[in-house]
Amino acid sequence: MAEILVLMEHRQGEMKEISLEMLSKGQELADKTKAELTAVLLGKGVASMADRVKGFCHHTLVVEDERLTNFNSEPYQDVLSFLMKERSPSLVLIGHTAIGMDLAPPLATAAGVPLATDCYEIEVKGDAVIPYRQMYAGKMCAEVHFKKAPCHMITVRAGSFPAEGLQEINGAVEQVSFQFEKDYAYKKFLEYVEAAVGDVDITQADVIVSVGRGIGDPENLPMVEELAKLLGGVVACSRPVSDKNWLPKERQVGTSGKTVKPKIYIALGISGAFQHIAGMKNATTIIAVNKDAKAPIFSVAHYGIVDDLLKVVPGIVAKVRERKGA
Amino acid sequence: MDIIVCIKRVPEVAEIDLQVDQTGKGIQDEGLVFGVNDWDNYAVEEAVRIKEKHGGKVTAITVGPAESEDVVRRALALGADEAVMATDPKSEGSDGYAIAKILAAVIKDMTYDIILTGALADDDGYAQVGATLAELLDIPHATLVTAIEIEEKRVKVKRELEGGMEEALDVATPALFTIQSGINEPRYVSIMGIRKVAKKEVATLDLNAVGLSPDQVGAEGSLIFVEKIFPPPVGEGAELLEGSPDEVATKVTDIFQKGGVI
Repeated sequence: MAEILVLMEHRQGEMKEISLEMLSKGQELADKTKAELTAVLLGKGVASMADRVKGFCHHTLVVEDERLTNFNSEPYQDVLSFLMKERSPSLVLIGHTAIGMDLAPPLATAAGVPLATDCYEIEVKGDAVIPYRQMYAGKMCAEVHFKKAPCHMITVRAGSFPAEGLQEINGAVEQVSFQFEKDYAYKKFLEYVEAAVGDVDITQADVIVSVGRGIGDPENLPMVEELAKLLGGVVACSRPVSDKNWLPKERQVGTSGKTVKPKIYIALGISGAFQHIAGMKNATTIIAVNKDAKAPIFSVAHYGIVDDLLKVVPGIVAKVRERKGA
Repeated sequence: MDIIVCIKRVPEVAEIDLQVDQTGKGIQDEGLVFGVNDWDNYAVEEAVRIKEKHGGKVTAITVGPAESEDVVRRALALGADEAVMATDPKSEGSDGYAIAKILAAVIKDMTYDIILTGALADDDGYAQVGATLAELLDIPHATLVTAIEIEEKRVKVKRELEGGMEEALDVATPALFTIQSGINEPRYVSIMGIRKVAKKEVATLDLNAVGLSPDQVGAEGSLIFVEKIFPPPVGEGAELLEGSPDEVATKVTDIFQKGGVI
């Protein structure tokens, strides 16, 4: 029987949401392609995580070793190459995350397996698995076809599939032993570096005024700070602004920054890259201001203003001040 | 410390209304402005900074159409010493894997300590070529790198993880690193700076010169194919606030009031 392998992702003893998201899609794909679903869990002391996922798949393969305690693409690649050779899966799912981006391309290349990265949807048509992904900063979607091969690999965009509502399949945990031949001295994990703590914790704010590339110049920030202050909120930003050091990294909203859930989120000059949207889409009310009517931010915003933020913000500041009688 | 930096010419798409072309597989190029991929710009800057600190040579390599000469010239203006462009009509339609094969063929006989690439490209966004290239060259790699510290024969790097966290790694050279945006502040390249390098040679290589056959690249040498592209489905979308600036400001203020924040 065909088999779909799904790599479980974890860090510092904590299972990542993407693992369950991939299992949920994996269940559907296993069903449609008459395959068995197999979770692969590599680490050290991961028995409790194995117990958590075993109910959702036919098999849960566990490889435990010191070398797998913290993610390192080299031992991970060796173990997965071995498992793929042993089990000849039809499909391998890995997260399009810091782990998957480091691991999937070399793994697929060494195994000669076609790889589609950063996919937000996977369909089955006939006997073909068809991944969908975005291009041009989210402005276009692409239907991707694989070259025919016994095995294909897909890296999955976080947040694309639900992590709840998984069926109970009740498989068993199987310990797999792997003989490591190297100590991987040429690529060593040293330590985790925690995010810097700033003077403002944007995750606690009820109102966030967030700026993106459209702010144009750091000289325009005071106007935005004034609006935030009037609303009792804080200023945050998207990646291009913190990349330029116009605001500190800890103010960045998105997958590589903070996830926020304020009452009001005002996105000023933010186009709405997927990574940013993932960090703010659960705000109660989202107001977006952007010159580009086709900016993806407008697909998640509740209210939109198609205009230059530099023209819009002073008017809002004046009106809020008037309304507050200040 | 000899450094190779791989860069790509991409269209600038911010605030551009992209249209699907007649093949249904690509975008209409007409009127688009092309430039160096944003992540690659950080990679070139990082390469030049390492050279300035530790000595050595920086070689910029691009794979793409003949117009890609612009991006390697820009790299020369930024401080790269040599430039190579692998260009051949037969390579058109290459996926990330085939592009990595071309880069590997160009690089295999060169001497280097470090290879830098952007973490991903603005256009395809595969985030695949760098790590694939490392595998083809059989050297260690780290992706999404946010800091590089050179030590003797080893490099200490930081990689970006999720949620603002990073991890530190120690990697032996030769090694490949894919550079995350924000690692540095790329210097400005003036038109004068580009003029100054106008006479510098850009080594131009076709497939034959890099030792690949046509079936190893293009659609035939690729493992995935874009079957069709289409604009993202429009959801319910935002309710647009329109009117005079004063009317718009009033509407926004009403929303603030309704939300209980003023």
